[in-house]
Amino acid sequence: MPDYSWPPMEKRRAIGKPVKRADGLAKSTGRAKFPSDLNPPGLLFGYLLTSPHAHARVTSIDTSEAEKLPGVTAIRVINGAGKELQWAGQEIASIAATSEPVALDAARKIKIEYDILPHMVDEQDLSQVGSRAKPAGEVTTGDPEKAFQEADVVCEGSYGIPVITHCCLESHGQVVEWKGDTVNYWPSTQNVSALGAELARAIKVPVTQVHTDMQYMGGGFGSKFPSDLWGSECAELSKASGGRPVKLFLDRAQELKIAGNRPSVYGDIKLGAKKDGTFTVWQSKTWATGGMGGGNLNADQMPYVFRGVPNRKINHTAVSINTGSARAWRAPNNQQLSYITCSALEDLAAKLDMDALDFFLKNVDLTSRPEVYKYQLEKAAELMGWKKLAHKRGEGGSGHMRRGLGIGVNMWGGLGHDSTCRAIINPDGTVAVELGSQDLGVGTRTCIGQVAAETFGLPVSAVTVNIGRDSYPPSGASGGSTTIGGVSASTRKATVNALAKLFEVVAPALGTTPENLEAADGRIQVKGNGSKGLAWKAACAKLGVNKIQEEGKNVGRTAPREGLISQGAAGVQMADVSVDIETGRVKLNKLVAVQDCGLVVNPRLAESQVFGACIMSTCAALMEERVMDQQIGRVLNADMEFYKLSGIADIGDIVVHLDIRPEMDKRGVIGLGEPPAIGGIAAIGNAVANAIGVRVPQVPVTPDKVLGALAGRKA
Amino acid sequence: MIRFERICLNLCANPPRLDTISIDPKGRKEVSAVKDPKDPKGFSRRGFLRGVGIGSGALTTGILQTEADAAETSGGSQLSGPGEVPITLTINGKAMKTSVEPRMTLLDTLRNKLDHTAAKRVCDRGTCGACTVIMNGKVVYACSVLAIDAQGKQIQTLEGLSQNGKPHPVSQAFLDHDAQQCGYCTPGFVMATKDFLDHHPHPTEEQVKHGLGGNFCRCGTYMGIRKAALQAAQAMGGKNA
Amino acid sequence: MEAFAYASPATLAEAGKLLGPDAEVLAGGTDLISLMKDYVLTPKTVVNIKNIQELHGVAKHGSGLRIGAVATFDELSMNPQIRTEYPAIHTAVLGITSPQIRNMGTAGGDLCQRPRCWYFRTGYGLLAMQDGKSLVPGGENKYHAIFGGGPAYFVSPSSLGPALIALDAKVTLVSPSGKRTVDASKFFVNPKDENTREVDLHPDEILTEIVIPSAAGIKNATYEIREREAMDWPLAAASVALKMSGTKISQAKVVLGHVAPIPWEAEKAEEYLKGKSIDAATAEEAGKLAVEDAQPLSQNGYKVQLAKVAVKRALLAAAGKA
Repeated sequence: MPDYSWPPMEKRRAIGKPVKRADGLAKSTGRAKFPSDLNPPGLLFGYLLTSPHAHARVTSIDTSEAEKLPGVTAIRVINGAGKELQWAGQEIASIAATSEPVALDAARKIKIEYDILPHMVDEQDLSQVGSRAKPAGEVTTGDPEKAFQEADVVCEGSYGIPVITHCCLESHGQVVEWKGDTVNYWPSTQNVSALGAELARAIKVPVTQVHTDMQYMGGGFGSKFPSDLWGSECAELSKASGGRPVKLFLDRAQELKIAGNRPSVYGDIKLGAKKDGTFTVWQSKTWATGGMGGGNLNADQMPYVFRGVPNRKINHTAVSINTGSARAWRAPNNQQLSYITCSALEDLAAKLDMDALDFFLKNVDLTSRPEVYKYQLEKAAELMGWKKLAHKRGEGGSGHMRRGLGIGVNMWGGLGHDSTCRAIINPDGTVAVELGSQDLGVGTRTCIGQVAAETFGLPVSAVTVNIGRDSYPPSGASGGSTTIGGVSASTRKATVNALAKLFEVVAPALGTTPENLEAADGRIQVKGNGSKGLAWKAACAKLGVNKIQEEGKNVGRTAPREGLISQGAAGVQMADVSVDIETGRVKLNKLVAVQDCGLVVNPRLAESQVFGACIMSTCAALMEERVMDQQIGRVLNADMEFYKLSGIADIGDIVVHLDIRPEMDKRGVIGLGEPPAIGGIAAIGNAVANAIGVRVPQVPVTPDKVLGALAGRKA
Repeated sequence: MIRFERICLNLCANPPRLDTISIDPKGRKEVSAVKDPKDPKGFSRRGFLRGVGIGSGALTTGILQTEADAAETSGGSQLSGPGEVPITLTINGKAMKTSVEPRMTLLDTLRNKLDHTAAKRVCDRGTCGACTVIMNGKVVYACSVLAIDAQGKQIQTLEGLSQNGKPHPVSQAFLDHDAQQCGYCTPGFVMATKDFLDHHPHPTEEQVKHGLGGNFCRCGTYMGIRKAALQAAQAMGGKNA
Repeated sequence: MEAFAYASPATLAEAGKLLGPDAEVLAGGTDLISLMKDYVLTPKTVVNIKNIQELHGVAKHGSGLRIGAVATFDELSMNPQIRTEYPAIHTAVLGITSPQIRNMGTAGGDLCQRPRCWYFRTGYGLLAMQDGKSLVPGGENKYHAIFGGGPAYFVSPSSLGPALIALDAKVTLVSPSGKRTVDASKFFVNPKDENTREVDLHPDEILTEIVIPSAAGIKNATYEIREREAMDWPLAAASVALKMSGTKISQAKVVLGHVAPIPWEAEKAEEYLKGKSIDAATAEEAGKLAVEDAQPLSQNGYKVQLAKVAVKRALLAAAGKA
């Protein structure tokens, strides 16, 4: 079997280098065409008519007036008379027209009668949700009751983290052209290879007829895996309009209402510890919602990271409410678990009168990777200047500006998904790799090129990377930080296989055997004898008219045994905030993120990932929240004015430290997208508590909640 | 149906802030002919007149009479639309003709009529900055400009920023500092940065932060954007000052 | 957005003929176009007033200042007289942290823009009524009014209003039937029914200019509190203007923003400040008095504190003690 292993750190020429984003200029000059940018000839505009009501039954629907509008090419009823609508934003009808204004006009001419039914859209008070609550997990380990009796300090608190939405800047949608036996499909997706099959099933055509293509996409964060109802509607509208292509993207309000969200978690937590800070017992009663599907949480993961605590009593309840469904949200469950756990732990540390860092270090043995967390906590503390800045809770100054520090931790799997790569070496010396993968903006395209360039001993710019089409070999969906492991392993294998074929052809010309050859610095040469070799192009010319085409496959399940990739990431975030106790305004001064992710293919892009994850945490910690009104059952901030994201001036300094020590590098490639998005929320919340002396139990930590907590009210 | 009844019972038993919603199991009936129950009455100016009345200020006359003469020579007082009308937009220095209904925004006209898709439609309500273009030397949200109102103005889009195939220093700096991830906010940020640097050739990082307050990114690329703006300022050498 | 006919007249007279109950005035467009997209407004005619020359300009006017209705925030931010003589306005303008909004948004539009109340924007009208009852008191009201006593609970979104009122500005309104001048303080209306608009502007009227008297010898400042640095609406704001007699205040204006359906004049604070000199203690006390009569809703009690702090900090800023 060929040797696929990564070259040793010191010998790498492409991998591990801060190569610039391959498609960066295409994006920053506006050349990049996203699915929503496509304007194929004859394009029609689609629109979804959605429910204004949180819960209603459609009693009648009349599209006749709308159909008469000039320019309307198709109207389809999705949920017609008799159908029950379960949330505001649920799809009722779809329309295609020659222009967007006409499609919208038509939507307003569709007459619908509803029976309004009772709804529930607020899960914050568990005592009010009645039968909407369903038991969703109970775990007891050790003897919690006894542990509480024996604990020197017991700490109780309530915490909450609300529903937030993905708010992808490119909304969900696609262009579809269904002409005859061919369905051309340009979706904005995280799932290029599998999406066509899903659409084919939905519209009942053989999968071979669907051709998926996506070169760029404007954000997914876990919400863009399925082909969705609007995908099949778009296709049907195209078919009904004589095969003209139809562009159907959700509008912003729809995007925030129905294109996915992160479940909330609320909970009452009780903890116990010994005087010396040893954490001995965890008890939690939590509940959550993710829309009509309820809000499941992997309760057994609590307390997050510190799961080795000997005594645990866990109870979780899922609440179903009349809102759009949850979707995976960059580290599903983990943000919530980290927030609840780390908040409670720092409250316990404060009650113990113990420095939070000392407390986490003291209990590091309760984690699955004590040495790693210890190293990371100490590294983060060093980068934060913790020792110098740390103070007891509430002693963050005397004026109206108070300063504080806080900690949050993370963990993640990040094992590479199944992926197949095809590597091509052409007789003219050009090389290409092809995968049905996708680049969500994390730099997948660039990293694939680096891996191929490394194998071939060529500059990264010499490698053509073809992704984004389902005509390429299949690669997994980009979710759960599985992409970099999957594509780097498959690309490595495919390129090594292809190179081996090239060696077979070239070896005789160099008077040696294939196993004595190496590819380096743009040459094929005899190992250890750079003078005996051929320039890459001359070597490839030996192929005559035959190109080399070899595949390499990563199978997630068995990959860890092979050594190219593995799983298990850990990280620590620390926050430094200033709080104006007169206004409740929180200013983030600095966020430190220490993260391991095994072998880093591209430190520049990896750092960007961590920056981005930290900034997302800042949004969630300080301003982001979906606001529902129980009276009318609707989302009140389905826009970007009151659905608040941080701006460029709202984040402080962010310091990223990627743990690339040799022992980490040896683990192989591990996904990085999710983990750094986890701990920042807890870190910021904890820093606020440290600064002002009281816990603000719920994020986002906005002025109303800070002032409420300071006034001793439950915010 | 079973689930529905249970919900009703539950709501009846525990009415949390539910005093204004119907809990009649048969349900309320509502007729709607619009996609959202947006204020069906609308807000008429006549209504304002009735409600406010006249007389809260001094009334004078005469000022309008003299200006009425000028109206004769101005075509602008003619009503255009509501159907499509021909318009000419000056985009990146080129006159481009198309026809639009007066309600078409500049953004939708660029994207849907003229295939200039660098400016993106994200919030579509003048908040997020993804649609930023430069109009007569100032950044604006193209989603909140009517195309018909953009006639006669110099409109610069990201497509027009590269010169002779060479990327603009801001575009280059966004690459150099990895100031982008998915790239959907990037065109708006590049335009906002370009305009900011045109007006602030030697900015501090603090000024950069406050000069780009009208654009939002979801992936979290602000660290790179800060550095990119500072690099681009140097590359542009303040020559636009 | 519903279809409409469009005109861009060059004179007020032409514009006046086009206006009426089914027409809307287009200036910067930052609000109107969104309102039309959301079908909150569905005019048959849209009249662009940016081509009317006399509505432009920011210039000295006697001993004071005249701001044309379509002067942009950007023009205001650049004006040296505003920067030095009217810092209350300058600060309010810089609080609009989006350059795009500063370039597009106009002074007249700032005064005439519609409330950002999410019930209003969702189609429930100015008073947020459903079945004859306001949705606000029992709903999501963290951004709503703490003054005014209902039935309107939205907050005036105007950035300039509080400063203009503090500075005794007047606005000029012109219609085909004439011209009238209204105190900025009277221009804003706390509507008691759904058919009253929140500003005193008739359907055929155009706000043409804002005239501010000289602020020589008047210390003035604005302080705004927001949830974020990026473009955001203030949670509370205060503009103050202090006529000084030596080191003592002879007359004080204290106007709160974003806490009531209109910019809210804090008369008790104004009365208290007469004869005082500004220090931390008087500023604190004035802040307390300013919010004494606040009537917060279920979720916006914090705005009482914010308004109090805004007054205190605006006073200290005016006195150069911030």
